[in-house]
Amino acid sequence: MAFPHRPDAPELPDFSMLKRLARDQLIYLLEQLPGKKDLFIEADLMSPLDRIANVSILKQHEVDKLYKVENKPALSSSEQLCFLVRPRIKNMRYIASLVNADKMAGRTRKYKVIFSPQKFYACEMVLEEEGVYGDVSCDEWAFSLLPLDVDLLSMELPEFFRDYFLEGDQRWINTLAQALHLLSTLYGPFPNCYGIGRCAKMSYELWKRLEEEEDGETKGRRPEIGHIFLLDRDVDFVTALCSQVVYEGLVDDTFRIKCGSVDFGPEVTSSDKSLKVLLNAEDKVFNEIRNEHFSNVFGFLSQKARNLQAQYDRRRGMDIKQMKNFVSQELKGLKQEHRLLSLHIGACESIMKKKTKQDFQELIKTEHALLEGFNIRESTNYIEEHIDRQVSPIESLRLMCLLSITENGLIPKDYRSLKTQYLQSYGPEHLLTFFNLRRAGLLTEQAPGDTLTAVESKVSKLVTDKAAGKITDAFSSLAKRSNFRAISKKLNLIPRVDGEYDLKVPRDMAYVFSGAYVPLSCRIIEQVLERRGWQGLDEVVRLLNCSELAFTDMTKDDKASSESLRLILVVFLGGCTFSEISALRFLGREKGK
Amino acid sequence: MNRTKGDEEEYWNSSKFKAFTFDDEDDELSQLKESKRAVNSLRDFVDDDDEDDLERVSWTGEPVGRRTRPGSFQSLSDALSDTPAKSYAPELGRPKGEYRDYSNDWSPSDTVRRLRKGKVCSLERFRSLQDKIQLLEEAVSMHDGNVITAVLIFLKRTLSKEILFRELEVRQVALRHLIHFLKEIGDQKLLLDLFRFLDRTEELALSHYREHLNIQDPEKRKEFLKTCIGLPFSAEDSAHIQDHYTLLERQIIIEANDRHLELAGQTEVFRKHPRKASILNMPLVTTLFYSCFYHYTEAEGTFSSPVNLKKTFKIPDKQYVLTALAARAKLRAWHDVDALFTTKNWLGYTKKRAPIGFHRVVEILHKNSAPVQVLQEYVNLVEDVDTKLNLATKFKCHDVVIDTCRDLKDRQQLLAYRSKVDKGSAEEEKIDALLNSSQIRWKN
Repeated sequence: MAFPHRPDAPELPDFSMLKRLARDQLIYLLEQLPGKKDLFIEADLMSPLDRIANVSILKQHEVDKLYKVENKPALSSSEQLCFLVRPRIKNMRYIASLVNADKMAGRTRKYKVIFSPQKFYACEMVLEEEGVYGDVSCDEWAFSLLPLDVDLLSMELPEFFRDYFLEGDQRWINTLAQALHLLSTLYGPFPNCYGIGRCAKMSYELWKRLEEEEDGETKGRRPEIGHIFLLDRDVDFVTALCSQVVYEGLVDDTFRIKCGSVDFGPEVTSSDKSLKVLLNAEDKVFNEIRNEHFSNVFGFLSQKARNLQAQYDRRRGMDIKQMKNFVSQELKGLKQEHRLLSLHIGACESIMKKKTKQDFQELIKTEHALLEGFNIRESTNYIEEHIDRQVSPIESLRLMCLLSITENGLIPKDYRSLKTQYLQSYGPEHLLTFFNLRRAGLLTEQAPGDTLTAVESKVSKLVTDKAAGKITDAFSSLAKRSNFRAISKKLNLIPRVDGEYDLKVPRDMAYVFSGAYVPLSCRIIEQVLERRGWQGLDEVVRLLNCSELAFTDMTKDDKASSESLRLILVVFLGGCTFSEISALRFLGREKGK
Repeated sequence: MNRTKGDEEEYWNSSKFKAFTFDDEDDELSQLKESKRAVNSLRDFVDDDDEDDLERVSWTGEPVGRRTRPGSFQSLSDALSDTPAKSYAPELGRPKGEYRDYSNDWSPSDTVRRLRKGKVCSLERFRSLQDKIQLLEEAVSMHDGNVITAVLIFLKRTLSKEILFRELEVRQVALRHLIHFLKEIGDQKLLLDLFRFLDRTEELALSHYREHLNIQDPEKRKEFLKTCIGLPFSAEDSAHIQDHYTLLERQIIIEANDRHLELAGQTEVFRKHPRKASILNMPLVTTLFYSCFYHYTEAEGTFSSPVNLKKTFKIPDKQYVLTALAARAKLRAWHDVDALFTTKNWLGYTKKRAPIGFHRVVEILHKNSAPVQVLQEYVNLVEDVDTKLNLATKFKCHDVVIDTCRDLKDRQQLLAYRSKVDKGSAEEEKIDALLNSSQIRWKN
C-alpha cells in the first residue's frame, strides 16, 4: 500500500531492484548462447520485457533480429535461434515445427528456449514427443515479479485465474511461492502473515517449505515490510464484477491497462496516431486523479488547466532576463504538464462519450440494486434487455454473474430464459461459456428443491442455529453458496448514508463505488489487520466457505521497526481491480499503517 | 550408482547442449562473478530504466530512442556492496536443465522435491503401483501442479488407463490436473474415455461439441453438429444443440441464395446495401436482423423470412420487435416501424403498443437518425412524464416539450425552454402564445 499523500508515509522498499535482477539474469541467459542470434519473443512477454530492457541492451548481447512468436514459418537466416516464451504447449509445437522443418531441409542451427517465469514438464514432454528434445536447450528466466509502480507489483500471468480457479491446476503455486521467497530474500522476512483461501494456503505452505530448505538466507535481515496478506480471488468475486468509477479503473475498463500502460487511440490524443502511455506515479497529473471518483476528475483537470494558463501568461510582463530564466527552467516542465493534461482530458472526454452512449447511469443503478438486494425482478429485466439488444457480451455476462453471486444463484426459470436469450444474441457456442462459469461458481442455478436448503430449513426447525450452521458446513463441499447477503450484513458492506455521500471527501472505502458498496476483499483485509488475526471473524470465514482456509502466522521479531510495521503487502491470487487498489490506498492513508 | 550410460537414460532427459557448466553445483560465487562481468561490460551502454518517459515507444523492435546516461545504471555489483551476496544467488542459478541426477535411490519425497526444483530426475524406478501412488500423493501434498503433472505423465505412460482412471477417481486434485493436461495437449480420445469412465456425461458431451470450433468448412461443421444432437446433454442443452444445428443449416441455404442474388444485381436492397460479411456462423439475433434487413416482406414459407425464423426458434416477441425495429430503422423504413407497433382492437380502433418501453424505441430510432417528426410521435408515447420530457429535450422534439410543459402548467420550465429554441421560429411563437394566454392557470 502506498500513501503518497501523507507527509508521514513510511518509505517504500526499492522495488526497482527486481527489475535489475531480472535484467541481469536475462543478459546472463543470452550470454549462454554466445555469438549472433535471432530472438523470438512471445507477444505476451513483450510489454513486461519492455519495462526492464530495451532493444539496445539486447543488441549489446548479440541479438541480431527480433521476431514475434506467431504461427508462421520463421524467416530467420541466423545460425542461432533463441526463443523467449511462456511455458505453453502451443509454443512448444511451434518451436518443434521450426526445428523439424530445418531438419528436413538438412539445416543445422542452435536453438535455445528460455521459459519465463519457469518451465513446465508438460512442455518438455512435447519437445520430447516431437523428437526435438536435445536439439533444443532449455533455460528458465525467473522473471516473476514486475514492479508496475512504486507501490504495485504484478506477476503478469493472466492465465493464473483460469488455470487455478477454473481448471484446478496448481502449476503457478510454485511460481508464486518462489516469488514470495525472492521478496523475503530481498526485503527481509515478513513478521506477520495472514491469508484466506485454498490457493493462498497452499502457496503459503510451499513458500514456508522453500524458506526452510534454504534456511538462513533471510535470518538476521531487518524486515522492510511488516505484514503480508494473501487472498484468493474467489473469496470475493463481487468486487471484481462491479463497474469501476475511480479514474484509473475507468481507464482500465474503457481502454484496458496492460502491464502498466495504455494505448490511447486517436480519439484521445486528438491527432491521427495512437499513443502508448505509461500510467504510474511518475505522471504527475495522473497521480493526482488516479484514485479519485470520476465525478471529481473533470473539476480537477479544469482547475489544473487554468493554473497552467496562468503560469504561461506570466511571461507577458517579463524582461529579457526573466524570459531567459523562464524558458530554461520552467517551460519544459510546463510543456510536459500541458501534454499530460491534454491527454487525460482527452481520455475523460472519450470515457464520457462511451458511457453516455450505453446509458452507464442505468447500468450502475442496476448494479447497486443487486448489491443491496432490492428490485431483483427489475434488475433481471434490465439484464434481459441488455442481452436482447446485443449490447456487450462481456457486460451481459458480468451482470448475470453479479446477479448469481449476490442471490446465491439464479432461480431456474430466470437461468434458463437468460441463458437461452444469451445464446441467441451472442452465439450458441457460448454453451461452453456457461458451463465454465458454472464450474468456477460464477454463474449458477439454484437447484429446484435445493437439498441443502431443504435439509437446512428442516434442521433449523429442530435444533439451534449453531447446529444448523455446522450442518451447512458439512454440505458446503457439495454446494458452495456465496452467502453474499449475510456477509454483506456482517461486514457492513453497504454503508447507510444520510443524505448525499460526499465523493469529494470520501469517508470510507465505499467511495470507489460511489458510496454504495465497500469492496469485500478490502474490508476483510482491513478487519484482519485491525484485529491482528481472524479473531471474531469466525462467522464471516464460515460464510465465505473458508473455515479451514484462513490462517495467521506472526513471529515475534523485535527487529521489525515501527516504520516497517506500517507497510503491508497484499497479494491477490487471481488478479485484482484498480478499484481495490484505490480502496487500499485510501485505507493506507486513513490508518497511516 | 555403478550403472552404464544406457541405464541412466532418464525420463527427463538432459540437454545435449551445454554452453556453460560448473562442476560444483554449489559454486554460486563463480556464477555471480560471471554475471558481474556481464553486467559491468554494459555499464556504459545501459541507462536507467526507472526514468520511464511518456514518449517511449512500444516494443516494436525499433530503437527506443532514449538518452544514454553513462554511469547512472546501478549494476548488480553496486547493489552487492550493501546486501549479502548469498541472497541474490538463487536468481542467478545456472540453467536447471543442466543438473543431472546420478542417483536412483531417491525416496518419493526426495524425488518430488528434486522435481520441484526443476532438476532432472528419473522416475523409472517407481514400478510397483504402490510406489507410483506414493509418488503421486507426495506430489499432491507438495501443492506444486507442475510436479503433479510430471508424475501424471509418468503414470499415464506406465499404467493401463483403467488402473490410472480408477486410482485418480479417488484423488480429485490429481484428477483435475490430468484432465487439464489432456485438454492442453489435445488428447481428446483419452479425455473422452476418462469422462466416460467417470460417468461425467455432461462434460463428455460438451468436450465433443467443443470440437466444432475447429472445423472451418460450414458443411462439415453442420454435419459435425448433427452428430452432437444425440449426445447426453441435459434436456435444455439438447434443445440448444438442435437449434445450433438448425441455425447453421438455414444460414447455409440463405447464404447460397443471397450470394447469388447479390451477384445477379437485380435486387434493389442488395444493390443499395451490399452485404458486409457472410451470415454463416452468426448468432441467431444477428441472423434475424439480417433477415429483417434483406428479407422483411417474404412470406412465412421461405427459410429466410423473419416470421419463419421467429417461429422456428421460438423467438420471444420482445426480442423480435427490438431486432426488427433496429433493422427497419437502419433502412429508414419508417412505415414498417409504424406498422410494428400498431394494433387494432376489436372495434377497429388502432393503438400503438410495444412489448418494450417506448423510451427504448425512441433511443433506437435516434441512433438510426430518425427525423424529428418520427421521433416525436414515439416520445409522446412514453408514459413517465419526466422521462418523456428528458427525451424530448435531448432529441429536440420542441412540440412535445412545449405541450408537456403546458399540460404540467409549468410556466417556469416553458420560459426556460424558450431560450433553447431558435429566434423567430414557429416554436418560439408557439411558446409566446402560450405564455401570453390567459386561459392557462400556471402553477408557477
